[in-house]
Amino acid sequence: MLNIMEVHETNQMIEQEKLDVRTITMGISLLDCASANVDETCENIYRKITTYARDLVATGKAIEQDYGIPIVNKRITVTPISLVGASSCKSSEDFVKIAHALDRAAKEVGVDLIGGYSALVSKAMTPAEEMLIRSLPQALSETDIVCSSVNVGSTKTGIDMNAVALLGHIIKDIAARTADNDSYGCVKFVAFCNVPDDNPFMAGGFHGVTEGDAVINVGVSGPGVVSRALDAAKGKDFEFLCETIKRTAFKITRVGQLVAQEASRRLGVPFGIIDLSLAPTPAVGDSVGEVLEKIGLEQVGAPGTTAALAMLNDQVKKGGIMASSYVGGLSGAFIPVSEDKNMIDAAASGCLTMEKLEAMTCVCSVGLDMIAIPGDTSAATISGLIADEAAIGMVNQKTTAVRVIPVVGKGVGEMANFGGLMGYAPIMPVNNTSCEAFVNRGGRIPAPIHSFKN
Amino acid sequence: MFESLFPIIRHSGSFMNKAIITVVGQDTVGIIARVCTYLSQHNVNVLDISQTIIDGFFNMMMIVDYANADKDFSAMVGNLEDLGDDIGVRIRCQREEIFTKMHRI
Repeated sequence: MLNIMEVHETNQMIEQEKLDVRTITMGISLLDCASANVDETCENIYRKITTYARDLVATGKAIEQDYGIPIVNKRITVTPISLVGASSCKSSEDFVKIAHALDRAAKEVGVDLIGGYSALVSKAMTPAEEMLIRSLPQALSETDIVCSSVNVGSTKTGIDMNAVALLGHIIKDIAARTADNDSYGCVKFVAFCNVPDDNPFMAGGFHGVTEGDAVINVGVSGPGVVSRALDAAKGKDFEFLCETIKRTAFKITRVGQLVAQEASRRLGVPFGIIDLSLAPTPAVGDSVGEVLEKIGLEQVGAPGTTAALAMLNDQVKKGGIMASSYVGGLSGAFIPVSEDKNMIDAAASGCLTMEKLEAMTCVCSVGLDMIAIPGDTSAATISGLIADEAAIGMVNQKTTAVRVIPVVGKGVGEMANFGGLMGYAPIMPVNNTSCEAFVNRGGRIPAPIHSFKN
Repeated sequence: MFESLFPIIRHSGSFMNKAIITVVGQDTVGIIARVCTYLSQHNVNVLDISQTIIDGFFNMMMIVDYANADKDFSAMVGNLEDLGDDIGVRIRCQREEIFTKMHRI
């Protein structure tokens, strides 16, 4: 039978160490909503989402109350809209209509975010995919909770540099259209390489075409819990440290597994995966940066940061994988600058630089995430950042991503505020040496060789 | 002492819905009595009670069976929270699985 210390430990994690389930995300296939007429497609999409996800928020709240565990977000992901809208959309404006339909449907069912206004163009863009990408500035500035992603490359296909070059301009345009709000629109867009089909986190979540009709995916959180557990590992060797992280990751993931199974049962929708990521929030004590500092760094960004992060990421996976039958999504440690108090501090003090963050993305689960850069950064430079990250992902067979915000009207040292879970960030300096001739060559970078690994 | 007031019945194989009630706060007279009165009024069976002091705070844990309760679970959670506010302690009521999943393989 349970003892009082075990019960106390769990409740302490929830109340003091900010253990929460970050999101219950319902994936919904919209492939059967396509039609030859865009208004009809919009109607089909609205009807399917509001039918399938009708009880999602209420179910999430009921589970929250039953187990006493906060479930911070309830979200929806859908099939990449570039596919759903391909037969009916004749222009970018047509795609924007679909974005509005998604926004309305998501608001109707009361979810926090909806992801999947996306295109998968890792080899090349179809006319529909290009139209969707060109619609992003209007779509993201006119809607509130629609999130978008574009996959520009993969280990198997190489990198579509035409899309990369285009995205530099698109990101600048999104920033300009949402300039009043610290270029908030860019927070809702991410460029990927090797994007996973079942990611419950935003802005990169969508419902992959290999998925079933509907699915429940759950993203856990819990850097605060790991951080607290590491207090007991101070001064101990790596074996003890790793064991502590694994045990903690196991416990966190078990909570996610419970919530996922319960949500799946109550909603009558199959359980997909647990994404066992350490997802920070701007709140004090809920920081991946703090975990890295407790591992032994004076401040995140110091030499040793990449090694510490590699170890942390690996132990989180090792501990979490045994706790759940199905692990997927991004699964690892997130390093979104604006969403992590200690990262924000390190970026503001100059200890954490873009180049160090890029190195860190080689060993953790995502990429350059939630980084505010000067508003006057050129489109080519942003494309260069995307190309560099995509190359890291392509060569290392991992997911990488870029979500940078060129904050219009602000320069290095100023702060950008995105609000809520999205946090705030100091504008970080970017190397502005031109890469224009490189990104504008046109065509694609070929897939890397899969032998001669050195 | 509690057994005479609220007999602990060991179910054997019958259907149970277990929940964990925790009380944390400053110790005061009658906490257990008031919680148990509420539970008995709503036909919730107490299976086990333990208490200890952690970091100077009174901690009590009850394992209860609410299979035959006359209230739905979320209402019970709310009522117990209110009762806690009234006594000046924090009372939580959670379904058991969150603890067993985390601490048992």
